[in-house]
Order: sequence, then C-alpha cells, then structure tokens
Amino acid sequence: MDPPRRAPRTIIDPVPKFRQVGFFAPGAPPDRSLSGPPDPTHPSHPIADTSASLSPVMIPPPRHLSDNLTLHARSAAVPRRAESITVGGSNSDAPVSPAPSSSYSSRVVVGGDRGFFDGKGNDAGKVVASSFPRGGFDLTALKGNGAVVPASGLTTVSVVNDSLGIGIPEKEKASKGGGSAGEMKDQSTNSKQEKPKPTKAERRALQEAQRAAKAAAKGEGNKASATATSVNAKPAKAVKPAQKADNASVAATEKKGSDFPHEKDRKKDAPQPRLQYDDKSRVEKAKRRSIVKHTEARNRVELFRHLPQYEHGSQLPDLEAKFFDLYPVHPAVYKVGLQYISGDISGGNDRCIAMLQAFQEAIKDYKVPPEKSLGRDLTAKIGSYVSFLIECRPLSISMGNAIRFLKSQIAKLPLTLSESEAKTSLQSDIERFINEKIILANKVIVKHAVTKIRDGDVLLTYGSSLAVEMILLHAHELGKQFRVVIVDSRPKLRGQQLLRRLVEKGLNCTYTHINAVSYIMHEVSRVFLGAESILSNGTVYSRVGTASVAMVAHASRVPVIVCCEAYKFHERVQLDSICSNELGDPDAISSVQGRVDVNHLDGWSDIENLQLLNLIYDAMPSDYVSMIVTDYGMVPPTSVPVIVREYGREQVWI
Amino acid sequence: MEGEAPSMENPKISAYYQTRLAHFGVVSTEWLAQAQSATKPIPSSSTDAYTDKDANFSVIDEFNRWRNHPDLAEAVAAIRALAAVISSSKASTMMQLEIELKNASDTLKAWDTTSISLTAASDLFMRYVTRTSALEFEDFNSAKARLIERADKFGEISYKARKVIGMLSQDFIFDGCTILVHGFSRVVFEVLKLAAHNKKRFRVFCTDRTGLRLSNELAKLDVPVKLVIDSAVAYTMDDVDMVFVGADGVVESGGIINMMGTYQIALVAKSMNKPVYVAAESYKFARHYPLDQKDLAPALRPVDFGVPIPSKVEVECSARDYTPPQYLTLLFTDLGVLTPSVVSDELIQLYL
Repeated sequence: MDPPRRAPRTIIDPVPKFRQVGFFAPGAPPDRSLSGPPDPTHPSHPIADTSASLSPVMIPPPRHLSDNLTLHARSAAVPRRAESITVGGSNSDAPVSPAPSSSYSSRVVVGGDRGFFDGKGNDAGKVVASSFPRGGFDLTALKGNGAVVPASGLTTVSVVNDSLGIGIPEKEKASKGGGSAGEMKDQSTNSKQEKPKPTKAERRALQEAQRAAKAAAKGEGNKASATATSVNAKPAKAVKPAQKADNASVAATEKKGSDFPHEKDRKKDAPQPRLQYDDKSRVEKAKRRSIVKHTEARNRVELFRHLPQYEHGSQLPDLEAKFFDLYPVHPAVYKVGLQYISGDISGGNDRCIAMLQAFQEAIKDYKVPPEKSLGRDLTAKIGSYVSFLIECRPLSISMGNAIRFLKSQIAKLPLTLSESEAKTSLQSDIERFINEKIILANKVIVKHAVTKIRDGDVLLTYGSSLAVEMILLHAHELGKQFRVVIVDSRPKLRGQQLLRRLVEKGLNCTYTHINAVSYIMHEVSRVFLGAESILSNGTVYSRVGTASVAMVAHASRVPVIVCCEAYKFHERVQLDSICSNELGDPDAISSVQGRVDVNHLDGWSDIENLQLLNLIYDAMPSDYVSMIVTDYGMVPPTSVPVIVREYGREQVWI
Repeated sequence: MEGEAPSMENPKISAYYQTRLAHFGVVSTEWLAQAQSATKPIPSSSTDAYTDKDANFSVIDEFNRWRNHPDLAEAVAAIRALAAVISSSKASTMMQLEIELKNASDTLKAWDTTSISLTAASDLFMRYVTRTSALEFEDFNSAKARLIERADKFGEISYKARKVIGMLSQDFIFDGCTILVHGFSRVVFEVLKLAAHNKKRFRVFCTDRTGLRLSNELAKLDVPVKLVIDSAVAYTMDDVDMVFVGADGVVESGGIINMMGTYQIALVAKSMNKPVYVAAESYKFARHYPLDQKDLAPALRPVDFGVPIPSKVEVECSARDYTPPQYLTLLFTDLGVLTPSVVSDELIQLYL
C-alpha cells in the first residue's frame, strides 16, 4: 500500500499489547502453515495453509478461551465469543491504543466526543477485547509483520505485539462446521479447534475459508511448498481431487471459486466471476454457446493460461460469412463486433462509444415480442449482445460500467411508459451518457490539467490517449510554451498517430521508443498518462508499458499525472496485471512490420518450448501516481474509492 | 490597518507574510523600514483591490476589524466578515444576496491572493452557507435569517476548532516526550498549552526566529524550552519524539503548505522515523493540488542576512513550502484525527 503513510506506533506506548483482527498477515514466514479451517468433508484432515488467502471474513475468539478449552467446551464458548467477535466483510477489530493506527483512508477519530482515546497512554494499550468495526486495512498491523501479503482473512489471530513491533501469532483459530479435530501448533501456546454452532455468517466465512484454503494449498503445492515449515501441515491433502491444477493467482482462483455451489449466498453486487480459460470443462461449455469460432492458440504462456488466447485472423472471414444469416445479433452490434476483432476500433473511449451507439441502433429497431415485458426482454437481449461482443474482444472496464448503466436504466423504466416512449427514453439516456460521461468529462479534465502545464515544461506521454492529446492541444492553443516527448512501443505504435496529429498542429515534439525512456526522463518535467481504468486501490490499469514509464518517472522524481474519466473507475481491486488482463496476438510481436528480413521467429508456434506473450494491459501501483485528473477535479489516488462510492451510484442513476 | 498598508504598497512582500508578521512578530522591524524605504510607487495591480474595496461597502473594513482581534485567525476573520455581509445586506432577493456575497468573497480573496486559508475559508463559507436545501421554498426574510444562522454557526465552529484540536491531540503527547515545533502556530500553541495544563511533562524544541515567540509563551507556562536554529534540526532530531507543525493550508493531496522549513524538517523526521503531526483547522482545507514546490503562487518575504548582499547574488525569498503527504503522519483537525488521504475525501464531499 502506501508505506510512507504508516504511523510509527512504537513511540507512544513502549509495550503496546493488543489484539488485532483484520487484514493482516498472521506472522513471519515460519508461521505460515498454521492451521486454518478444515474441510468439512474431511473433518480430521490437517488443515491447509491459509495465510495466502484473501478472504476478509474472520471469526476471532477471545484469547483467554483458547488456553484451556477442550473440545467439549463448545456451549460455554458460544456466548462468550459473541462479545468479541467481529464477523463479516471488512470489519476489523482495530487496535485500541493511543497509537495512531493509520488505517488506509479511514478516520482514526471522528469528532472529539467519541472518546476513542479516553484512557491515558499506558492503560489503553493493554489487551482490549472490544471491537470497533472499521473498514480498511490496518497498516500498523502490517508494519509489525513486515512485508507479508496482507492476507489471512479467515484465520483468527491474537497478536501480542512486543516493543519491537513484531507480531507473533500467539493463537490461530478458525471456526468450522463439521470438523472437530483441531490441529495443535506449537507456536507459543496450544490451540484447539472448537466447534461452535455456525451462524449463517460463519458458514459463509467457512466456505470462503475453504475455497481460499484450497487456492492457497494449490499455490503452495505448485511452488514445491517452499514456504512450508516442518510443522505437519500437509497442504496438498486439502485439495479436492476434482480440482485441476491451477496456476491462476490466488485472487483469480478465489473469484472462480465464488461461483461454486453457494451462489445464493453471494451478494448481488459481488463481481461476476470471470471465465478462467484454464478450466477446461467451462471453456468447453462456453465454446458450444459461442458464435465466434475461435481457435485456441497453442504454446500459451504458463502464467497466463487463465486468459483467452486465440489464433488471430481466423474468425473474421467466418463471421463475415455469417453476416446475412438470420441471427439474433443486431447488425449494428455485429458490425461493432467485427470492428473489435479486426482492430479498427481499439481506443477505450472509442470502443465504448461504438458499443453504446450500436445499442442505440438496436434499441431503435427493437420490438417487444408478444406476451413479454420490455424491461426483461430487452435486458436479456442486451445481455446476448454483450456476450457476443465479449467473444469478439474481452470487455474493457469502461464498457462494463456503461453496460451496467444501460441495464439499470432499463430496469427503472416506469411500467406505464409505452413501448415507443421507453425506447426514446433509453436512446436519450445513452446519448446523455456519451455526452456527459465521455465528451464533457474530457473537457473538464482538459480544463483542470492545463493548469499544471507551465511555460518551459517538457511533457512526456506514452502511447496515445485522447484526454492527453486534448490537454496538449488545448495548452498549445492557450499559447503555453512547452515541448512534448512521445514515448511509443511496439507492436501497435499508437504514438505515431498522436505524433502526427500534434506535429500538424505545430507542437514541438520528440518521438522515442520505450527503450529510451530512462534516458529521456531527465529532461522531462511532467508525465501525462491516459488510463484504461483506475481501480479502487488506486491501481492504474492501462496500456502495457505505462507502468514502466511511471516507474521511471517516479524514480526520477517527475510527477506522474494520470488523466482518466470517472466512468472508467471501478470498485475492483487488483494487485498485479496477471489475474486479469488481455492477451493480444502473439504474431504481432514475432514479426516487425515492414522488415521481412527480421524473420527469426517465423514458425515459432511449432516450437514446443517457445511461448510468446503479448500483453495488452498492465497495472501500475498507486505509489507512482502523483495525481489523478478526472471530471471531479484533481485528486490523489487514495481518493478513487471516494469517487466510486459517491458517484458510482450517480453514474447509474444519472 | 498597519498590516495592510505595506502589503499594498510593497509588492515584493506578500500579504501572507505581512499577516504572519503582524501576528507572530516574525522579525524585528528593521527590515520593514528597509523594505518600505525601497518601496516603489504603487503597482497598477494593487489599485484594483482599492476600487473593489470602494465599490463594496466594507468587507475589507469588517475583515480588518475582526483581524485585529489577536486570537482570531485570518480565515475566521474572513468568515466573520462575510457573515456581516449577509446581515447588513440590503438585497431583496436571494439571487442578489448570493451575488453580493460572491462579490464580497472575491474581494476578500483578491485582498491577499497568496493566503491559502483565506481563499479556502471564503470558499468553504460560501459552500456551507448557500448549500441549504431549505432555501428554495421559503420567503426571502426567513431564508436570509437561515443564512445568517448558518453563517454564525460556521463562524462558531471555526472559532472553536482550535479547542477541539487541542483536546484531540492530548492523547498523542505523553509524559517525558520531546516535541519539535516549527514556527509559531496558534493551534500548536493551544495544543501545548492544554498539555501543560493537563500536567503533562514534556519538553519543547522551537526552531526558527518565529520560535522565539513560542518559546516566550511556553516559558511562561513553565514548559522546558530549547531554541534550535533551523540548520540544527537534523542534529537535534535524535532527541525528538515527535514533530508538531501548524499549516497555512492543507491541500487536496493531503500535504500541507506551511512556513518555509517545514518540508525539510518533515524530511529529516521521516528519515529518522519520527512522527510528524500537523494541527490545522478544517477551514484550511483548500482545493489546491501542488505537484512540487514551484507549483505554488509564490509568497515572498524579505531575507535579511545581516550583511549587504552583492548585487549579482540572488536571494531565495519564498516564505513557505509544500510538504507532500507521505512525510506527514497524522493531521489533527476539528473533524477528527485524520490520515493525509482523508483530506481529499473531505474536500470531495465538501465541494462536489
């Protein structure tokens, strides 16, 4: 996260002792294989490593319980647990100490009257079992545990922090439904599993825990259990044989897991699980439904097998032939789909606008079938169009947001509206979305960003972003004296188009490839970048290479300004660019355009041990971003969740 | 009115610095005399302020009246003055009143363009006062009464902010700690005063020439004080447990704009893992987003080296700097104890 903002805690109370439950790692690497929740189907099995799981659910028992508790003490345990348990999503039992717990973007004390810090410095630091539900990561906990991934949502840990700030997981416990045999860990005390009657929330927690445990175990297994300690944890045992070996990262696996049997429990707003392309049975099923005939590419890079990778160039003629077939997809949507495949439309905004306009057309020609309601049928129709478009090219996040907007508009159409009225209303809604969220938003961004350009500046940009282009042109119109460095990269060479347009307008430009970015960065005073999407942890998801440019800029202390419309913000969190990404045509990087003599990689697909990777996007951590310019003004990356929270709703209710 | 006169006549010295000078006794008056003797005729830009002032009935007068109140921060004075504009307005419609208020706040902002808290407080006041949903369906007089009520409430909140901050920050001062304070800030002084009053035992290091005044005040309270020159900050940082600073403005990134030298103290503190606490009232939250030090409207001040400077030598005379959020630990505000990232959240909620 943001290490510089951690609060030094040790100064205030030399021996702060407190329980911590929340997003934090249970301890130093040796503790990683402590017991987690067991699989109910194998109640007596040892439990898999859970420390790498990301589930936020936890059920902390009070510390004193665990010491002398036998397996039969269950009835006594339940009522006492209730007083100190925090169950559920992001509620974390925050350390109540006078120390500043610098929860990420959460307030430590709100108002003077809450009395968080009633006590004097010394006694408030003792073990406190009461819980203050509070969102967010607790960085103080992270700090104590070093740079371990903030994981272990499902384990229940009591931490006694000594003065050095090293968290020792004194006890780790997990509630469970079926199993009764706990596993003893010789850490500092013995821990026993107890068997409380599970509440619904606990059951959910358990399910999540199991899934995560499996994921973790798999990850562990694949890594040759390098991290497993001598303690008798056998991660592999927890893996159900039905599950195939899975290379997806933990987060991805978890997502996949969430469409397991418990769909009913799932909250409605939980993100839809994405299809993991290394899951053979599901891919088969999806293939049977699909319109576009893809050929799976061979020689896929191991780490990215969960992403779709097709042979390029084969689908287009096939689809074109089908154009005149009587098919449920509206011609306008069909056309857009073909343009996606051929790459004629590829910019984030362009794709979104093209899609929305196609939907507009489709709605115009739409007729409600007899005995069906417009709301339901049209939603289904749009859904089928969307799945067609996804087959052509995976949706971008901005398109996902636009579709969500459209569907909510359909859903809240008044029933009294006649068919034609409803259709006009929807069309004008789409029109308004395009105008307000894309076109006007860009104008506002330009207005804000231009204030950050001074005379004599050297501005660097990467690839081609519409917002950045508009900013540069507008600044030029205002008569500001500046120079532009355009950094570009193969295979798309988008920067050349931007370069051409800028030079035509009389801007002073320098063009270079990304290989030279560290050289050119010294003369640059501002970096302006576009973004495909910004996620709620501030991660900027953008054209591949953007992260490298930002990293170099950060290292050279050049401010990085990301320009992105707010409709591209998404509440998802992503830590790397592996679990969600898009694979481009590998042939694009194997050959160089216009250079027939560079043919070393010809026929690469026949070589068994060669894989080419053409990633489309990458994820840039928020540390590298100095500022995000959006339609709501200039904000730091830490404020993305605020905008998503405050205006995500409005975007839907426009 | 003394503070105002030189600022209008001498463009070289920012009004920002003048105010600080008048309030905190930054430097002796020698340089002032020097500066004034070097004053050129009034530049055309500052005459605008005068015409504005004539056109508008008395915002500036009102403002100055409040400003002379020793305990009142500039921003609070501005808030009070704007409140007075509402109550003395002769407007007969809501629109007129709003326009009048807008003009008044613009005049105030133009009076000192370099002062961040003044701008921020005026903006916030406008937001706070005019954004009431009740305004639409009431008759003018009751709506105006409501506005005045809100204005008074806002003034009250701002005035009490310092007390709240003092209370909140008590838990961070522990017995036996050493606190490094930069410059003179009334909020920080309030915090320390309350701590001394609560019988906490602590030691204070004061930096800078402005620290002279703070050390004076603290010595009166029997707090052990040590004066440290700016260049000795790193030298003394080992003994320091925490750094306390005020702020002229808290910007959207969560960083602060403050008296020159804050940035380097924060850097030193950061590298030695000492917490840096900022005490600032929420009316100092401003919608600025500086990217670096040069991204601010410069507020100049005279720098006196005690010896004549050769004519070819340039002197850096900026009066304040920007401290990025990653060097700050916590902000003590009347909204609560905040991490720097919350500032932007609050601002988004206030302004959008």
